[in-house]
Amino acid sequence: MSGARSHAVLTTFVIMALVVLATFPNIAQPYYITLVLPAFAYAIALLGFNLLFGYTGLLSFGHALFVAIGAYGAAVLSSKLGIKSFELVLLISGLAAVIAAIPVALLSVRYVRIFFGILTLAFGMLFHSFLFKFYNLTGGDTGIRVLRPSLLGMDFKELDKTAFLIGPFYYYCLALLMLLGFVMWRIVHSPFGLHLTAIRENPRKAEYLGVRVRFFRLIAFLISAFYCAIGGVILAINTGQADPELAYWTHSGELVFMTVLGGFANFFGPLVGAFAFIFLKSELMGLTEYWRFFLGVTLAVIVIAFPRGLMGLAVDLWSKARRR
Amino acid sequence: MSALIETIGVSKAYGAFVALDDVSLRVSDGEIVAIVGPNGAGKTTLVNVLTGLLKPTAGTVRFKGQDIAGIGPVKLAQRGMARAFQLVHIFPAMTVGETIAVAVVSQGEQSLRFFSAVKSDEALRRKVRDVAAIFGLEGKLDSESRLLSQGEKKLLDIASAFALVPEVILLDEPTSGVSTGDKHTIMKTLIGAAKRAGVKAIILVEHDMDLVAEYSSRIVALQAGKVLADRPPADFFSDPEIIDAVVGKMFGKHSRGT
Repeated sequence: MSGARSHAVLTTFVIMALVVLATFPNIAQPYYITLVLPAFAYAIALLGFNLLFGYTGLLSFGHALFVAIGAYGAAVLSSKLGIKSFELVLLISGLAAVIAAIPVALLSVRYVRIFFGILTLAFGMLFHSFLFKFYNLTGGDTGIRVLRPSLLGMDFKELDKTAFLIGPFYYYCLALLMLLGFVMWRIVHSPFGLHLTAIRENPRKAEYLGVRVRFFRLIAFLISAFYCAIGGVILAINTGQADPELAYWTHSGELVFMTVLGGFANFFGPLVGAFAFIFLKSELMGLTEYWRFFLGVTLAVIVIAFPRGLMGLAVDLWSKARRR
Repeated sequence: MSALIETIGVSKAYGAFVALDDVSLRVSDGEIVAIVGPNGAGKTTLVNVLTGLLKPTAGTVRFKGQDIAGIGPVKLAQRGMARAFQLVHIFPAMTVGETIAVAVVSQGEQSLRFFSAVKSDEALRRKVRDVAAIFGLEGKLDSESRLLSQGEKKLLDIASAFALVPEVILLDEPTSGVSTGDKHTIMKTLIGAAKRAGVKAIILVEHDMDLVAEYSSRIVALQAGKVLADRPPADFFSDPEIIDAVVGKMFGKHSRGT
């Protein structure tokens, strides 16, 4: 496919997806609309996660840590400090995650592959036990309540909780996904992004071409932590609660699951993965109590049959159809 | 002429094993210095010391008058020395153009630009095209590196090192794994490219004595970590003892004198 043409196709699909998402609250039942919110949250988190995994080649098993920091940030700021502005909550929680990520990243980016994965896993578990044990600070296993924020200074007091979530909050999060998606698109296509890809492909060669491998990995890590925290804030507001399960290692595993499901080799893969995962999980949960089993089977099938994920499959089908 | 690279009394020991023993050599502007010697003579260690990857146990190593002992590859690239490895090092999933762009961008102030688009940077594209053209890769700019032929991969590996616009380039067996007929083509391309790119000196590690004889301006022979000889090719190849020590050990007795 030529560059200009594939660009046009891509733009068309993105616009179509946005139109569908923008009209979704008008056509779907509230239950499904509330499902889109966590999908937005994960889509944003995974944009960051995949900068590290898909682009830089570092697979973290501990990024739920940063999702949890976002969620607890929203909880502490709204419940304990009385900060209502969503914008402030996003910014402060995101920055908190970046600050927490600095020591984690400094220690982790010295390693690659399984060692990096295990280290990040360890940090995630550490944070989880912190949330559990420091009851006075974190509320222990019950967590902390997250209060409804104001959006751009507006309270929407006339709306009940669901109406708020599937109304203004929905559109705010969609806009946020577009904004952060656009920023990430620019990042991966920038000289910085080019260097990250070089680091993924061959760190040794990259070094000899003058690329500061560890420093760039560190920056990518911090950006990913920021995105995960933003996702965490949205998740917490959606459920109204920040609890330690968000930091549990299986949650980190879900981030990996979604990314692989959608396809980490494609910019849009993780976004597709987030939506597919949320809806798949919800449907399976409604059908059977053995939903975890079927989720596992799905992942196994995807990895074996379509290693490039749903997006990889879609791209293959598209180019096949065009050749006919 | 002042030395671009200089080692003074460099030794490197790994525990009890002495890989380099009091090696002093100079590489000056305009030279193509070949480092030869049998396996285990210390060539790789010397190259690693010269490129700042290893810190010598004793002695100094200077590049343009500055100590570069153990500075590492990134600073080395910034200071103007590039290195290409014996085994092909490429970025398999990146295109030829992207690969070269990595080197061009890393040397500018651009590497921490998060929002400018690589694809629409005209100056960058022009530089990438120029480098690719020198190596005959301009028709492959959009091909993924992993799809190139072995010879093209080798050229791309070296081209990306040239894109750093180095003053000195260190080539570790640039023709290994390439058919005999292509070896000369690659060497000629390399030396021509070096001249066009303003490279001041080339350090060449090479087993093929035909190539060494034809293209180097000076030969440094190592044996058991010591400098056995350091002379121009004509002197080198007219001394049977040296040839016996270096070439004999490398190829076995029957190929002596080739």
